[in-house]
Amino acid sequence: MSQINRIDGGQIDRTQTLKFNFNAKTYTGHPGDTLASALLANGVRLMGRSFKYHRPRGPLTAGSEEPNALVELRGGARAEPNTRATTIELYNGLWARSQNHLGPLGLDVMAVNDLFSDFLSAGFYYKTFMWPAAFWEKLYEPVIRRAAGLGALSGKADPDTYDKGYLHCDLLVIGAGPSGLMAARTAARAGAQVILTDEDFRMGGRLNSETLEIGEQTGADWAADTVAELAAQPNVRLMPRTTSIGAFDHGIYGAVERVSDHLHRPEDGKPRQILWRIYTRQTILCAGATERPIAFRNNDRPGIMLGSAVRSYVNRFGAAPARQIAVFTNSDDGHKTAQDLHAKGIRVAGVIDIRKDAPRSDAYDVFAGSKVTDSKGRLGLRRIEVERADGTRHWIDCGALAVSGGWNPNVHLTCHQRGRPQWNESLAAFVPGGVLPPGLSVAGAANGVMSTAGALRSGAAAACTALSLKAMPDLPEAEDAPLSITPFWHVAGKGRAWLDQQNDVTVKDVKLSHQEGYRSVEHLKRYTTLGMATDQGKTSNVGGLAILAELAGKSIPDVGTTIFRPPYTPTAIGVFAGRSRGKAFKPTRKTPSHIWAEEQGAVFVEAGNWLRAQWFPRAGETHWRQSVDREVQATRGSVGVCDVTTLGKIDVQGSDAAAFLNKVYCNGFAKLPVGRTRYGLMLREDGIAMDDGTAARLAEDHFVVTTTTANAVSVYRHMEFVRQCLFPDMDVQLISTTESWAQFAVAGPNARKVLQKIVDPSCDISNDAFPFMACAEITLCGGLRGRLFRISFSGELAYEIAVPTRYGDALIRRIMEVGAPYDITPYGTEALGVMRIEKGHAAGNELNGTTTALNLGLGRMVSQTKDSIGTVLSRREGLNAPDALRQVGLRPLDPKDKVPAGAHLMAATGPVDAAHDQGYVTSACYSPTLGHHIALAFLKNGAERLGETLRLVSPLTGVETHVEVVSPHFFDPQGDRLRA
Amino acid sequence: MRYSGFRVIKEALTGHKGWQPAWRDPEPQPHYDIVVVGGGGHGLATAYYLARKFSQHRVAVIEKGWIGGGNVGRNTTIIRSNYLLDGNEPFYEFSLKLWEGLEQDFNFNAMISQRGILNLIHSDAQRDAFIRRGNAMLLNGADAELLSTAQIKARYPFLNVDDARFPIKGGLAQHRGGTVRHDAVAWGYARGADSRGVDIIQNCEVTGFRINDGKCLGVETTRGFIGAGKVGCAVAGSSGRLMALAGMRLPIESHVLQAFVSEGLKPILPGVVTFGAGHFYVSQSDKGGLVFGGDIDGYNSYSQRGNLPVVEDVCEGGMAIFPMIGRARLLRMWGGIMDMSMDGSPIIDRTHIDGLYFNGGWCYGGFKATPASGYCFAHLLTHDTPHPVAGAYRFDRFEKGLMIDEKGVGAQPNLH
Amino acid sequence: MIINHPLLGPRDASEFTYLGDAALIDRPDPDTATAARDFYEYQYLRDNPAGTLRELWYHEAGDRAWLVVTRNTLTHEITHVELARDVARKAGRST
Repeated sequence: MSQINRIDGGQIDRTQTLKFNFNAKTYTGHPGDTLASALLANGVRLMGRSFKYHRPRGPLTAGSEEPNALVELRGGARAEPNTRATTIELYNGLWARSQNHLGPLGLDVMAVNDLFSDFLSAGFYYKTFMWPAAFWEKLYEPVIRRAAGLGALSGKADPDTYDKGYLHCDLLVIGAGPSGLMAARTAARAGAQVILTDEDFRMGGRLNSETLEIGEQTGADWAADTVAELAAQPNVRLMPRTTSIGAFDHGIYGAVERVSDHLHRPEDGKPRQILWRIYTRQTILCAGATERPIAFRNNDRPGIMLGSAVRSYVNRFGAAPARQIAVFTNSDDGHKTAQDLHAKGIRVAGVIDIRKDAPRSDAYDVFAGSKVTDSKGRLGLRRIEVERADGTRHWIDCGALAVSGGWNPNVHLTCHQRGRPQWNESLAAFVPGGVLPPGLSVAGAANGVMSTAGALRSGAAAACTALSLKAMPDLPEAEDAPLSITPFWHVAGKGRAWLDQQNDVTVKDVKLSHQEGYRSVEHLKRYTTLGMATDQGKTSNVGGLAILAELAGKSIPDVGTTIFRPPYTPTAIGVFAGRSRGKAFKPTRKTPSHIWAEEQGAVFVEAGNWLRAQWFPRAGETHWRQSVDREVQATRGSVGVCDVTTLGKIDVQGSDAAAFLNKVYCNGFAKLPVGRTRYGLMLREDGIAMDDGTAARLAEDHFVVTTTTANAVSVYRHMEFVRQCLFPDMDVQLISTTESWAQFAVAGPNARKVLQKIVDPSCDISNDAFPFMACAEITLCGGLRGRLFRISFSGELAYEIAVPTRYGDALIRRIMEVGAPYDITPYGTEALGVMRIEKGHAAGNELNGTTTALNLGLGRMVSQTKDSIGTVLSRREGLNAPDALRQVGLRPLDPKDKVPAGAHLMAATGPVDAAHDQGYVTSACYSPTLGHHIALAFLKNGAERLGETLRLVSPLTGVETHVEVVSPHFFDPQGDRLRA
Repeated sequence: MRYSGFRVIKEALTGHKGWQPAWRDPEPQPHYDIVVVGGGGHGLATAYYLARKFSQHRVAVIEKGWIGGGNVGRNTTIIRSNYLLDGNEPFYEFSLKLWEGLEQDFNFNAMISQRGILNLIHSDAQRDAFIRRGNAMLLNGADAELLSTAQIKARYPFLNVDDARFPIKGGLAQHRGGTVRHDAVAWGYARGADSRGVDIIQNCEVTGFRINDGKCLGVETTRGFIGAGKVGCAVAGSSGRLMALAGMRLPIESHVLQAFVSEGLKPILPGVVTFGAGHFYVSQSDKGGLVFGGDIDGYNSYSQRGNLPVVEDVCEGGMAIFPMIGRARLLRMWGGIMDMSMDGSPIIDRTHIDGLYFNGGWCYGGFKATPASGYCFAHLLTHDTPHPVAGAYRFDRFEKGLMIDEKGVGAQPNLH
Repeated sequence: MIINHPLLGPRDASEFTYLGDAALIDRPDPDTATAARDFYEYQYLRDNPAGTLRELWYHEAGDRAWLVVTRNTLTHEITHVELARDVARKAGRST
């Protein structure tokens, strides 16, 4: 295919030809093209459809502010919906298609909406579709939802990777136009660490699109030379293809670098994009300005573009939007466009200038004091109607219209910390104002400085101020004409004049919004959807405000402005996630016996970020219960071993260690002898149980505290709070040793026999020498230092033995080896859970953050003779009601029945509803020891109700059964076994 | 003026000249029976129900900015009643029932869309907790269903089950949950209240309370003193600031919660999904945007903006369960200020000052509560006694130890 | 946000865990007649100004110091950072 609208010049590489595919047709372009410029060069103006009326759409702009030319890029799992053709860098093999149409792009069936536009006015859906009520979900909403959105997600997992990184600098310059380049150059020459970001793949900003001169060079050449100078400096990091998306607190900026979006596929090992968090002392925003259109009847046809976009296509990309182009303007900008077009040999069909004193031209017609009142061309502009100063109207043939309505400085980042821009009368635009983010200054067009010389000067000056440099650098010569603009927002008259071209918001809609009382600018936005499209109103918001101001008889600044929010341009969700996805979503913590457990074929379960062995299936076992029952029975029958490393371990040392523990535990620790361990219950200051565990006194001034796995971090934090903030001069030090010690529970009647083969002979662990709740620092396996605690979660004769983590793997293997004569059986978290339920020990399901010591049956543990955290508030009446929940055991009346956790308890007869709720089941299991299901539950006044029959209901899972209230200590309630 | 399809057609044919303002723009009167401070969802709902259900007609709503500009205009639009505790579930179920008839009641289409909410389950303990919750919902007359992973996968085929860091072990669904066009709720209530004589006064900031002998006589505002028999404050997010003007300290902290919306996309997510092992929830609006959020930023703030770490945390959660959204673009992020209470539950109660009433502490669950909150506050303002479903939302529950703590994290507002 | 740790210099706020109002240092005397009321107010009624707040942050991913950070809740500007332990001592908690 020939590029019929390709013209000379521009910054494209004509030595290479790229093939690409749009809507199943193949075209060619060149490196340096965008998809939009290449399509225009091929004579394609129609690139999409609008949201509501499905009107034909072509590019309005040549940049990231584009509302119209949105396409689906790539395909399959890499499909990127709503991608702006104006920013897609052309690559060989590029594939794209248009969006939001039924049937071919040129014959969109949904365009029927356009015929009914009178019925689809702003907010029409708030006023109808309400009758009959059932029709909303069945009929109306499905129809509306089908119309939702523009592009579609693939539904497939994103195959690309994303990265994140941190950067630090003295000065961040955002935008590499004339002011940004000059700011960066000034700072770089002064030796500062500089980062320069620009969203474009070619730095230079408007210099690449204009025919102006800087010094003896073209603007584009000056930009290229300056970029080359900066690139050679070691203290400068140039970041093209990088959008600074937001200004966050304390000088932290988010920036997204599109590493691979200009390639067919990311190179091996390379991410698609990187989220950079840039930490900077000073920032200069040089984001330029965005041109805005003028609304008139049917101003939304493909071919009607911003004047700046037309100049970009012609000057930078060598692509003519059409061979005959008219201009509509309220400033000298339009005449610049006409001159550039003329210089390129493109016929200027006329310059329509609303100003009566418009400059004349010999080369083309200038219609002063005139306006464009209508356009024609179903799928692309064919002609415009012009109303001349004398009121006469005539039609002018043209394939494109370049509209220049003034410039809006890109103030977005100045508002990200809730600063409000200020209205500048001479520019008829908002400029940065109010309180800017600390460390941020603004230069160039973004600050309302609209001439090239002014941009260069303000960039240099901003850098000097930011870095406290004394001397301004010498500046090259450049045009320095102020912008002369006559504010003009829309051409009054019949028909629809578009403001927001993507969402199809017209001047009429704004009028209707005002008429119906939606007069705050936020109401206008929300009622009409003005500015809520993917471009966030970059080209439409100010026009909407102007019309609202006109209607309200107010000035534009009195009407106000909506808030600019990050990100500056829409940003892939994937890049914010980086590599945290799939299995790498969170770190995985493995226990010291993990490799060994894998070798045993263990099934693992997540416990927070830990992976723990859940059970160890053996050959022939087909159901997890078989494995778990076997593990329980083997442990209770002989001996079992379980990795309990994940429990939190906190070393508490110092002469005040006991006094400190007296504060954090509700029960007393001052009198605990050295060499003994005690169960401890910690309360939150609000009197609710926080965690339980043991504290072992290894020396007068040394305790080892254990916490539950889930609360290891929060308990440590809490203890540090108590130590540093409440009792700052207690002589006590804390250190978490959770990961320093591998710890195994060895439980069962033969536990001692096994451990006697592990600990060194010098350590006497006989029942007399090392009774229940004893603890000691020991040596084992021939001199390895370790710790031994005679504590039991299973209710058996049991020990926990700890060694430095690096010996954990060796220790589990040794335990298994010496335990072989006793058929030692590894058990996982399920068997652990069964045995603790059989013993009635509380765990996470019971310590659920709402239960008190009283609820847990541990009310008497709360010492009333000393002060500890939580004691005072635990006495509140609401926590001590006569019918307070108490932990009980449940036994099914029919031994075959399950007693499922999460079920609620009701009286044996009577209504089943919330008003009659008596309690709920917290933990349940099959007890292989007792031969039936058992459960722990919280029951109102439960301690007084042993023997009562209750109805257990779980309507969610279809269970209703009868249970007997029993003691929660199902097995060996006297504890004979653990003292054996 | 009544809205209807017929009316829309008639106006379309006559150039839309007949549409009237949705609410008047009245000057404040010197005295009202009841002044509601706060023109957000809860304040407007309160005014609406005062007029509609409790025969109160001398009512004003006072709003410092534009109505609907608080959290009703900046939330993630979810409605549900999947609560656990006795103090909460009847209230939220009452609210959901009010949602179900709301549009016909106030004659405004708020696009209440009951496409369901699904909480994913990732561990056995979590399943136990969700079964307990689902049972509590059913026992309170709400709906709930426990779904298997296969059932979920059939509805959400792009859910990451195979490569999940935390396995998906099912989910608790409430099919009557869903989403609502949030701004329309404020507008519908405003229009309904206005048409029943309520004065909605925008751009009128309360600068103080006139309190004499322990009795509140009205409010000082930027537009002068407005007398009132009773003053009801419903300004969640700013509760601390406002009630300080009456010398009150509240069991509430202000925190920022961020929310996010993607570019418009063709429908792909049928209902609301929440991730049980990370901080992420998402739905898709009728306009096509993925509306999502996660945890609060975690530090006290009155600034309606957040920071990057939470943005990243939320998107990580999203990618963990729906790795297809990586290529969707985040269009806009914003922040709202939450009244984070000390137990995660709200307060609707009289204050120690006669004639001054308080409604707040909604944490980040206030939107779904809007109808019931308005109804119950209107009940309290009219009768001086709490509505039965809101009886637990008392100020003194903290002193008495009667907290309503769904999450079980205690007096730590940023964890609720 | 960046917190200027008195011992370690500027650190990213994501290394810290937040607790809230620094008045939590001022735990009441449990042995007075008003203890029940005092503890209720201590635990539940905290400062929540729109402006300057002294608040507790914990350097969890760092040196485990509790800090008292003076921060503006409207602008997020941090004007002062102290070790909570020093603040507690100054508040007379040493005894």
